[in-house]
Amino acid sequence: MGMDRREFIKIAGLSTLFGLGAKSAWELLRPGQVEAALTAGAQPLAAKRWAMVVDMRKLDDATAQRCIEVCHQIHNVPDFSKPVNPKDGVSPEEQIRWQVKWIWTDPYHNAFPGAHQEVMSDRVHHMNFLLLCNHCDNPPCVRVCPTQATFRRADGVVMMDMHRCIGCRYCMAGCPFSARSFNWRDPRPYIKDTYPDYPTREPGMVEKCDFCAKRLAKGQLPACVVESRGALIFGDLTDDKSEVRQTLKQNFTIRRKAHLGTNPQVYYIV
Amino acid sequence: MADYKNEFGWFAERPQVPKKIYNMYTIFIGLAVFVILATSPLWLNAGRVVPPPVPNLDTPAIKALAEKERQCVLPTPEMRATHMQLLIDWRDQVVRTGNRVWVNPSGKKFEPSLSNTCLGCHSNKADFCDQCHNYAAVAPNCWGCHLDKPATAGKMAQAEVK
Repeated sequence: MGMDRREFIKIAGLSTLFGLGAKSAWELLRPGQVEAALTAGAQPLAAKRWAMVVDMRKLDDATAQRCIEVCHQIHNVPDFSKPVNPKDGVSPEEQIRWQVKWIWTDPYHNAFPGAHQEVMSDRVHHMNFLLLCNHCDNPPCVRVCPTQATFRRADGVVMMDMHRCIGCRYCMAGCPFSARSFNWRDPRPYIKDTYPDYPTREPGMVEKCDFCAKRLAKGQLPACVVESRGALIFGDLTDDKSEVRQTLKQNFTIRRKAHLGTNPQVYYIV
Repeated sequence: MADYKNEFGWFAERPQVPKKIYNMYTIFIGLAVFVILATSPLWLNAGRVVPPPVPNLDTPAIKALAEKERQCVLPTPEMRATHMQLLIDWRDQVVRTGNRVWVNPSGKKFEPSLSNTCLGCHSNKADFCDQCHNYAAVAPNCWGCHLDKPATAGKMAQAEVK
């Protein structure tokens, strides 16, 4: 047992060298990353392919409403039925025509047209499905956008670059899920509590759900997922151990209009 | 004089065109009125002294910083000249690549955000941004969407992604 002095100095020297060298090696390969990892409060959530499962067995109407409210609140989505100043009130027709929605509910007939059976289970028939942008693998909105204002990120999120949107609404025509809304009016008079950490929009822009890209960058799950308390499951589809993947393996799921070939990435358990 | 030909045929001599300007007074008065009207902004504003813009750096967040810490993300002359390009670069970086950390040439890290980082210190848009923008008569459309109030005035003041 034991080591002689020569051995000890050799090991001590090598480990010093290694300890000193490791950080500079990191700095050389990925500058700033060590600092960022050490000092950043929260690491961004990363994935190869984000996907969502909506478990309709757990999602009741009240929870769905809460998800919608929290989403629209943190993204400064206007509610034309609730103007800040009563003199900006608009007629019920206009409230529907100008509606902006990132996440909403619809009954089975509207959510899954063509998948309707002659006699349906009562439970499913009267279910209000929580709908949002499907963040398709093959997004038609991205293909038709003439300015590349909407694009698909490497992690599968179909993003909007509001700066580049010219308001042509091709994407709205292209989207088979009605997930996109156009700003016909200035939204600001219809946002009661402006959420300070997100911009509003200007008239002439198309907007939609972005899987809370800003929250993901801060290391937080999308707001609706947090609010749903387990009814919405969000994660990396390519990761075999992720909760999304496990849920999809264990349950039969349906997707909206999958036959159109857009490969939607929001799955529903009924 | 030799025979003269024009597009109407042969003539014994060149037709005489009277050398005069018809409606001379009307034309010159009209021209004078036009020139005066077109240049009237110059005459009306001649000699008026427009005060040079004074961007105000007197905000609580900047005051809270130590004297030698009072440094924008880039040196001031560079910011003055190219802040618009920097904002466009930040925008493209955040929206297109999703990378929300920006490192300045001296190695400090910042969150590339107009409402949080810029306005985190310069919380006085009217006394800072608008000063030069109004002077130079430029109307950047940032504020149509971006809110001119920082997210959390106190906390975000140190906008670095520490």
